[in-house]
Amino acid sequence: MAEPLPVLEMTGIVKEFPGVRALSGVDFRLFPGEIHALLGENGAGKSTLIKVLTGVHSLDGGTITLSGTTVRFASPSQAQQAGVSTVYQEVNLCPNLSVAENIFIGREPTRFGRIQWKRLRREAAELVDRLGLDIDVTAPLSSYPLAVQQLVAIVRSVGTGDADGQGAGTKVLILDEPTSSLDRDEVLELFALMRRLKDEGVAILFVSHFLDQIYEVCDRMTVLRNGTLVGEHMVRDLDQVGLVQLMIGKALDQLEELHDQQLHSDVGELLLKADGLGRVGGIAPFDLEIKKGEVIGLAGLLGSGRTELARLLFGADHPDSGKLTIGGKQVSMSAPNDAIAAGVAFCSENRKTEGLVPDLTVRENIILALQATRGWTRPIPVAQRDELVAKYIKALDIRPANPEARVGQLSGGNQQKVLLARWLITQPKLLILDEPTRGIDIGAKAEIQKLVVSLSEEGMAVLYIAAELEEVLRLSHTIGVLRDRKLVAQLANGPEITTTRILETIASGEHQ
Amino acid sequence: MTTTPRWRALTHHHLFWPVAVLVILLLVNVPFTPDFFAIKMTDGHLYGSLVSIVLFGSPLILVAVGMTLVIATGGIDLSVGAVVAITGALTCSYISDQADQSALSGVFLALGIGLAAAIVCGLWNGFLVARMGIQPIIATLIIMVAGRGVAQLITDGQIITVNSEPYKLIGGGYWLTLPFSIFIVAAVVAVTVAITRRTALGLLVESVGGNAEASRLVGIRSMRIKIMVYVFCALCAGIAGLMISSNTSAADGNNAGLWIELDAILAVVIGGTSLLGGRFSIGGTVVGALVIQTLTTTIYTIGVPTQTNLVFKAAVVIIVCLMQSPKFRAKVFGAKFGGKRAAVPAPAETAPAAEASPKMEVS
Repeated sequence: MAEPLPVLEMTGIVKEFPGVRALSGVDFRLFPGEIHALLGENGAGKSTLIKVLTGVHSLDGGTITLSGTTVRFASPSQAQQAGVSTVYQEVNLCPNLSVAENIFIGREPTRFGRIQWKRLRREAAELVDRLGLDIDVTAPLSSYPLAVQQLVAIVRSVGTGDADGQGAGTKVLILDEPTSSLDRDEVLELFALMRRLKDEGVAILFVSHFLDQIYEVCDRMTVLRNGTLVGEHMVRDLDQVGLVQLMIGKALDQLEELHDQQLHSDVGELLLKADGLGRVGGIAPFDLEIKKGEVIGLAGLLGSGRTELARLLFGADHPDSGKLTIGGKQVSMSAPNDAIAAGVAFCSENRKTEGLVPDLTVRENIILALQATRGWTRPIPVAQRDELVAKYIKALDIRPANPEARVGQLSGGNQQKVLLARWLITQPKLLILDEPTRGIDIGAKAEIQKLVVSLSEEGMAVLYIAAELEEVLRLSHTIGVLRDRKLVAQLANGPEITTTRILETIASGEHQ
Repeated sequence: MTTTPRWRALTHHHLFWPVAVLVILLLVNVPFTPDFFAIKMTDGHLYGSLVSIVLFGSPLILVAVGMTLVIATGGIDLSVGAVVAITGALTCSYISDQADQSALSGVFLALGIGLAAAIVCGLWNGFLVARMGIQPIIATLIIMVAGRGVAQLITDGQIITVNSEPYKLIGGGYWLTLPFSIFIVAAVVAVTVAITRRTALGLLVESVGGNAEASRLVGIRSMRIKIMVYVFCALCAGIAGLMISSNTSAADGNNAGLWIELDAILAVVIGGTSLLGGRFSIGGTVVGALVIQTLTTTIYTIGVPTQTNLVFKAAVVIIVCLMQSPKFRAKVFGAKFGGKRAAVPAPAETAPAAEASPKMEVS
C-alpha cells in the first residue's frame, strides 16, 4: 500500500527529567487527513510526547520534521504559527467574550490599528459555517455549554492564521482528552467536527482513555509504554484485546506458565458482604463477597475504579448507596475507625500522602494503627512495643533495621513494608492492598507476594489490587474485573482463567 | 570549627541552636552588668538576673508550652492573650467581691472559676477548628478580638485590684527561697511532658500534624485530639493569666497578656517546632521562651532607648530565625568556608523542579 508522505515525523525522541527517562527513542508519524490515536497507560509518556512536540518541553534527543523541514519549537505559540495546534481538556478561552472574539483573540483583523469588528464577525461566522457548526458567533461564549466551548476552542485552533493570511493554517491538530467531560451526544458532535477537519486534510492526534471512542473515530494508533514505542497499528488491524495487551505489556504466552501456581488453600466462611455498595463519581453499585482466607484480586485499567472500590470497603470514602456486612454485622462506614474496628486494614497506593507520616520514625509509623485503636490513654507498653516492632522489622526484612530511622528516608520498598507491618500488627481479618508492589524493586515485590499467600493460608482475607495482571492471577482465588468504574465480572480463578480471558473481559466489559 | 563526629552530633541535636542563642544572649549582658550571673540571698529569697528572667518569663513559658501542642497538630491559637485577660479578670473580680479576700476557700473557688472560663474558651476554639473545619487562624481570631471585650465587660472597663495574700503567692510569692511561679511552671512542664510522652498523646499529635490524611486512614480520632490540645492550650493560658494578675494584684482587661500570643508562637518556632505541624519539642519551647524573656531583659540592661526597643527586638528575632534556617547557614558558612557546602543551596532550589517532573510525565 503506497502511503503518502507524513505531514509530521518524530524520530528517536528522547526526553529526560531529573531521575526519570520519560521518553527513550520514540518514533511517531502523522499523515495528512487521518485521525491518529496516541495510547498508553498513565505515565507511558503520551503527554510528554505532545509537550515535546508543541514546544512546552525542550527536546533532549531526536528530530521533528514538519512537512519535510526539520523544526524545533521553543514555545507553543511558535508551534501554532507553524501549524501545530493543541486543544486541552480544560478550555482555555474567555467566557465573557463573544464566540467570534474568542476565535480571533490575539490575531484580530486590523486596519490602521483598529479592529475590524465586522470583518472579524463575518470571518468567524464563515469559519463556523464551513465546519458545519450551528453557533451564533456574536453570543458570549459563556452562553454555550462546555461541549460547545470545546468545539469553539477547536475552531479557534483550526482558524489560526486565517484572518490576515499569515501563518500556515493548521496542519496538525492535537486533541488531548477532549471527551472526558462530554456526554454521548456531545462526543458525536465532536467526532463529526473531527471527521470534517480530517476531510480537509488536517492530521489529528487524538488522546483518549476511552477505547471504544478510539475504535469509533480513529484510523491509526501508536501505543507507548514506559516511555518507549510499543507499536504503530492501523486501528482495523488490532482488536481491543490486542490493544490492552500492548498497553499493559504482557504477551499472553509469558503468563500461561503461571497458571500452575494457583493457590491450593481452602477458603473459609463468609467474612464480608457488600450489597449494592456504590458512590456517585467513584464506582457504580456493586455486590461483593469475601470469605476468610480468600484472596480477591482486582483487575482493570488505571482509573477503572479499583481504588474507589477498596476505599468504600474501608470507609475512606462515604458510600451513597448499599450496605456492608462484616462478620455478620452491618457496619456503618462513616469513617475508617469503623472499618478498623471491624478488622479491615487498608494500605493505600499513595504511600507518601495517605500512608506514612514521613517525619516520624519507623517504630512510630509501625505502631500507629494499633495505638490508634487503643486510644491515647493506653500506650503500648514499651517492652511489648519494642518486641512487636523488632519482630516485624525482622519478619518483613525492613532495612535499615533501625526502628529510630525516619521513615521518609527509607526506600520505596521498605516504606511499603513499614505500612504492611503497621497493619499486620493489628491482626486484621481483611487486608486491602492497593498497588502494594508499585515502584518497588523486584526482590521486595516477590517478598510481598509471598507474604500475601502465607497470610491467606493463615486465614486472613486479602483484597489485592495491582496493575500487573500476572500478580493478580498468581495470588487470587477470585478475580474481580473492573471497567469504566464498574465491577463487570467476578471470575473464579482456575485452569481455564488466563490473562487472555481477563484481558478480554477488560476489553469487552462483559462476563463471557 | 571542627567537624568531629561528636561536634556534629551536638550541632545536629534539635536543642543546639536554641540553647546556643540563649547562651549568647546571656553573655551579651555581662559587659553591661558584670554581676549578671550572680545570685544573692536576701531575706531568705534568692535574687539575681537569672531568677528574674525565669520569674518574668513564667507566663510566656506556660502559654508557649500550650501553643506547642496546638502548632504540632498543624494549628495555631491566637486567642491565648485574650484568655489570659479573661481568666485574670474573672478571678480578680470574684476575689474582690469577697468580704475576706484572703480566705483560702474563696481564692480556690476564684481560681476554679477563672480556669473554667479558660477551658470554655479552649472548647470553643477546638469546636470551631476540629468540628466545623474552620482555619485555626480564623477560628481563634474570634476570641482574640472578642475576648478582650469580654474581659473588659467583667471588669467594667476598670482595673480591678485585689488584696489577697494567698492569691499573691501564685505570681509574686516565694517558696523554698524561689519565686513560687517557677514551681508552677516546672509542674506544668513536667505534667505536659508526662502526658505527651508517657501516654501516646504526643505520638498521635505528631501524626495528625505530620500527615492528617494518613492519620485519618489509620483510624486516629483527630477531632478529639485537636479539641484536647486547644483546651490544654487555653488552660495553660489561664494559669498564665492567674500568674500575671497575681503578680500585680490587679486585673487589667486591656493590657494583661497583650501580644503574648505572638511571643509564644515565636518561642515555639525558636524552640524548633515547625509551624507546619508534626514533630514538637516542649524542651525547645521552654528554651525559646527563655530566649525571648532574656532578650527583653537584655534590652533594659544594655540601655536601649525605649522608643527603639521594639526595633531592636525585631532585629534580634530576625537574626535568631536566620541562624536557625539550615538554608541560610549553608549559604553564609558555605560562602565563608567554600568547598562542598557552597553547593548546598543549589539542590535546594532545584528540588521543586525535580519533584515536579515525574508529575509532568504522568498524563
